[in-house]
Amino acid sequence: MLHIERLTASVGDKTILDGLDLDIAAGEIHAVMGPNGAGKSTLSNVLAGRDGYTTTGTVTFEGGDLLALTPEERAAKGLFLAFQHPVEIPGVGNMYFLHTALNAIRLVRGQPEIGAVDFLALAKEHMARLDMDPAFLSRSVNEGFSGGEKKRNEILQLSLLEPRLAILDETDSGLDIDALRVVGEGVERLRHPERSMLIITHHPRLLEFVRPDRVHVLQAGRIVRTGDHHLARELEAVGYGAAAAR
Amino acid sequence: MSDVVDILVEREYAYGFHADLETELAPKGLDEDVVRLISAKKQEPAWLLEWRLAAFRHFLTLEEPTWPNVHHPPIDYQDMHYWAAPKPKGPAPKSLDEVDPQIRAEFDKLGISLAEQERLSGVAVDAVMDSISVATTFKAKLAEAGVIFCSFSEAVREHPELVRRYLGSVVPFRDNFFAALNSAVFSDGSFCFIPAGVQCPMELSTYFRINAAETGQFERTLIVAEEGASVSYLEGCTAPKRDENQLHAAVVELVALDDASIKYSTVQNWYPGDADGKGGIFNFVTKRGRAGNRATISWTQVETGSAITWKYPSVILQGDDSVGEFYSVAVTTHHQQADTGTKMIHIGRNTTSTILSKGISAGHAQNTYRGLVKVLRSATGARNHTRCDSLLIGPDCGAHTFPYIEVKNDTAQVEHEASTSKVSDDQLFYCRQRGLTEEDATSMIVNGFCREVFDELPMEYAVEAQALMRLTLEGAVG
Ligand SMILES: Nc1ncnc2c1ncn2[C@@H]1O[C@H](COP(=O)(O)OP(=O)(O)OP(=O)(O)O)[C@@H](O)[C@H]1O
Ligand SMILES: [Mg+2]
Repeated sequence: MLHIERLTASVGDKTILDGLDLDIAAGEIHAVMGPNGAGKSTLSNVLAGRDGYTTTGTVTFEGGDLLALTPEERAAKGLFLAFQHPVEIPGVGNMYFLHTALNAIRLVRGQPEIGAVDFLALAKEHMARLDMDPAFLSRSVNEGFSGGEKKRNEILQLSLLEPRLAILDETDSGLDIDALRVVGEGVERLRHPERSMLIITHHPRLLEFVRPDRVHVLQAGRIVRTGDHHLARELEAVGYGAAAAR
Repeated sequence: MSDVVDILVEREYAYGFHADLETELAPKGLDEDVVRLISAKKQEPAWLLEWRLAAFRHFLTLEEPTWPNVHHPPIDYQDMHYWAAPKPKGPAPKSLDEVDPQIRAEFDKLGISLAEQERLSGVAVDAVMDSISVATTFKAKLAEAGVIFCSFSEAVREHPELVRRYLGSVVPFRDNFFAALNSAVFSDGSFCFIPAGVQCPMELSTYFRINAAETGQFERTLIVAEEGASVSYLEGCTAPKRDENQLHAAVVELVALDDASIKYSTVQNWYPGDADGKGGIFNFVTKRGRAGNRATISWTQVETGSAITWKYPSVILQGDDSVGEFYSVAVTTHHQQADTGTKMIHIGRNTTSTILSKGISAGHAQNTYRGLVKVLRSATGARNHTRCDSLLIGPDCGAHTFPYIEVKNDTAQVEHEASTSKVSDDQLFYCRQRGLTEEDATSMIVNGFCREVFDELPMEYAVEAQALMRLTLEGAVG
């Protein structure tokens, strides 16, 4: 599904990713943990196609060169990024935004458009599962949403857009205990043999709801250690410095 | 971001065709004879000719204003036609069916099928091509309610006493250079009268179209809502692509008597000139309303066209408890210049005004908000709230805000907020990550920025305005 080889990314003369290798097979869930400033968000930005980075190395997604594509082409191929800091778009209705996004992606995939009435029903169904008030549909995208509400809105989009590869950048940060459960279970429900996930987190709690196939430690722009889900607990106990040294 | 600038700069004007209609033209130039000719063509009564001549004589004493924040080569007022009329192929049309099919076809191309409009939308339409009003639909239905909606010329013939009472009562010909010019040579326009207590049963709308070359267009709109009456009125405008600049100097007067309400919406899409700033309409317009006791006048404008826009739809809040509103979206791209805003003159007690202006600039365009809030000594308890938001797209454009506030009564509350922002890379990336193209994302973000103003438009035009905004921002993606 995703194959990353010797990926570097820099901004100006600051190298942020420094020879990163990572392989994710279809259906697998990988967690990435690492200290602040290690390059986790940079990795998600580079994968999603944000400009401003100079890159070397290769990234293959579904057999094609990912780095050659525009962000919207990547989205259409099934790459989804749940942002660490979802942006507010004043005046643009959340429902309108989600509906437009879904149809844009369906169009590229050769699927028929979904009409407004069907979409509304679909959105409400997904929102009910995420314990979200339908009132969020009529508000502007993320505008005035609390931190946790923004994160939930990301997961709503994730579940509506049904991507092949979902990258979750600290989606669990800022969630209260109940929200963490709802989001965790929501993500677990999206586990599918044809869908892979890359979950960036600082907290092993989320990984109790979504058990990862692999856990990686990202430090100074590189994967320095990889293990199974027990690694998350170990990191919590001993810290990144000690864990990386083992 | 530079791609977005390209998108904006590559916009194409979709209404740039012109029809080869046979046109009757007055000779180029401006003098008393031309004024007399126009009046004679229209078989006007003597008082109106005298009024035009007085306006013309006053015009000769005035200089073109230089204070607006716009730049253009000098306008040669002798080098244009002041009268252009599609040549009638017989007697004047009595009904829609008699309108020249070629003119009908022209309006069809603009998406304004008069017949369709009449049947489907229930919106009464008056269409003005060059100097002449071509057809007014839905007359019968309006007449039942006592509403008069017709061309200005017809109003002069059929309702001279009304025209005489209100013409120049809000915008006297002495008001300014362009108002004086318009008063001297105005050709046609729309007239609308809602008698006391009547809610106009449908939206009224006028489409203005400049077709003939080297022609100025000077139309005049007069709307009178008597005590307790209400009306919602919309004007739309287009013009063909031509290399030379064309002058459009209109006057709109609104009279809202006690407890009346007038909602006036504009979707202005005159030809803006090409990517290098060649050609385009000079849109120098005077619009003003006078509100009686407890009356409301609301201006909503979406200005996307014209090489230069110079207009300040204003409200004289004369009556106690009267309300004035101004909601504006002005978009400038390429080399377009807009200097637009409003004036709210508070005279009556407890008068309220609201100003919401959204300016969007891209390319090399300059966008200026200029507003005056004036509270006279008599206006005890006056309140104003003003918000001006500017959105910049690309590095070469500019946004300017000139709010003038004059308060002579210390019980008044006047608030002003202003902001300038950019379409942020974060917003664009977020939208693109969800599958939207850069162009769609830009258009969505800009439409969101304009949302509060679009919400003020009548429903069907809000949709049109969004489409127009899209078109304005659209072009070939690089
Ligand atoms: N555009 C940029 N210009 C300069 N430095 C940058 C830029 N973007 C990221 N960095 C730097 O790169 C490093 C990695 O940032 P990144 O956001 O990827 O970290 P992170 O692992 O996601 O951290 P956190 O856990 O705090 O979210 C940081 O030191 C950051 O300051
Ligand atoms: Mg981060």
